[in-house]
Amino acid sequence: MSAVRRPQCVVIGAGPAGLGAALAAREAGLGDVMLLERDFELGGILPQCIHDGFGSIVFDQVLTGPQYAQRFIDRVEAAGIEVKLNTMVLEMRGDRRITAVNPRDGVFELEPASIVLAMGCRERTRHQVMIPGYRPAGVICAGAAQRDINIEGLMPGRRVVILGSGDIGLIMARRFTLEGAEVEGVYEIMDHPGGLTRNVVQCLHDYDIPLHLSHTVTFIHGRKRVEAVTVTRVDENLKPIKGTERRVPCDALVLSVGLIPENELSKQAGVELDPLTAGPVVDERMHTSVDGIFACGNVVCVFDLVDWVTQTAERAGRSAAEYVLEGGRRKRRPPVRVTAGRNVKFVVPQLLREFDREIELFFRVEHPERAARTRVLVDGEELYSRKAKMVRPPEMVKAGADPGGARRELENITVEVVTEEEEA
Amino acid sequence: MKKTHNYTCINCPLSCSLELTEEDGEVLEVRGADCKVGQKYAVEEFRNPRRTVSTTVRVQGGVLPLLPVVSAAPIPKALVREAVRTLAAVTVEAPVADGQVIYPDILGTGVDIIASRRLEAGVSG
Repeated sequence: MSAVRRPQCVVIGAGPAGLGAALAAREAGLGDVMLLERDFELGGILPQCIHDGFGSIVFDQVLTGPQYAQRFIDRVEAAGIEVKLNTMVLEMRGDRRITAVNPRDGVFELEPASIVLAMGCRERTRHQVMIPGYRPAGVICAGAAQRDINIEGLMPGRRVVILGSGDIGLIMARRFTLEGAEVEGVYEIMDHPGGLTRNVVQCLHDYDIPLHLSHTVTFIHGRKRVEAVTVTRVDENLKPIKGTERRVPCDALVLSVGLIPENELSKQAGVELDPLTAGPVVDERMHTSVDGIFACGNVVCVFDLVDWVTQTAERAGRSAAEYVLEGGRRKRRPPVRVTAGRNVKFVVPQLLREFDREIELFFRVEHPERAARTRVLVDGEELYSRKAKMVRPPEMVKAGADPGGARRELENITVEVVTEEEEA
Repeated sequence: MKKTHNYTCINCPLSCSLELTEEDGEVLEVRGADCKVGQKYAVEEFRNPRRTVSTTVRVQGGVLPLLPVVSAAPIPKALVREAVRTLAAVTVEAPVADGQVIYPDILGTGVDIIASRRLEAGVSG
């Protein structure tokens, strides 16, 4: 085993979050930034997201996933950031000691002055949504199917049923169709689509693919290969209604049933997790509960837009640099918890320690509402207000608050959604 | 005769519901758009709907077996399937530069299909 290296910052994961964080840390003055990536190349999930729709906020331009990644990869390569590919982190401790392995260096240890967690998220599987039936080949998560088709050149099925109407499921319905497969339909247990409306339109309506709301898959048939699934209508409590079963022949069942932040390493290091987001509890600097460990992107909470992942990454990278350049000496002030007020399910960041600069607040609503207004109250004073024609749980909302030039002490900060009716 | 057509704007997550009124092909009014982009989108959806096409082409001698490609501009919606079928027959040699033209003037639309990433030469798999 080689000598322990002590970089100023180690970023774990080189998807959009890791790329953005490494660049921001480098640009904020750290000369020794190391980026660890498990895959053979940079970019994370973006290289397989070949459709367009990325970058409208960060670049003011609509790009494909690979194009979005390429812009950051080019900058990372030019910035003199040490990149270790094919590298798996085996262990991370709360004192920031990292054990990793790759084919070139073998097992090696790092003791960085700061860490940015950027491991992203993973897909919920069949076992997490409990679909009864056999265990044949042909049951596949939407992101895995996307990798097969767009990276490996493999077709996971010819007649496909999609369960769940998350964005990846909708995108894959179109992709399967364009590649010559028949998509029998998309089934969604809720009474509204899980993905963005524009994806329902351009992925399903454009190709006449039916979307069956309030339906789920209640049985998978076929011992070796999927032969059919049983789909059933559900009632308002999401319970299958007897007598509404329909057998749909297919050779693949594609699941788009949610994403979970990937926090195995965070748990090892004792990072406090938020049960609502399944990601680390962070403050306005994206600092986790463990000193010197920062987090950004989908490891914190699942975002809808890569642009917002990039924004949290830049914040985490800059904050890690600031932390290192201050020698880790700044005393962490006791936090104020950001209150999730009316019709707000969760807010990221969860904590506010220092209100000395403009902050960004990302949140999801609990239920759809028309003619709504989002606002941020600091000790009763409204510091942010924005009208929205419609708010929906699948569409994350971004708000902000500005202390106005100087540090502001506060006791309470609340994010809430109000409607015109209530205000009248 | 007056007719109305309903569209959902796909330009941003607001997904405005648009209602276009026309008489014998002449657009009279667009309602429901929150911005000018939506207004324009409804008229385009009525007259000549267009979509950006993205798919993959085969690569020889690359670090991966496929290269993602995208149309440099939207093409008529009715041509999307045929464009993807046409591109399914294309094979390119690695290395490929980001933005390199892979198939010029797809189906006579005047729109080029370009590489949407850089792809180095190497052994795939």
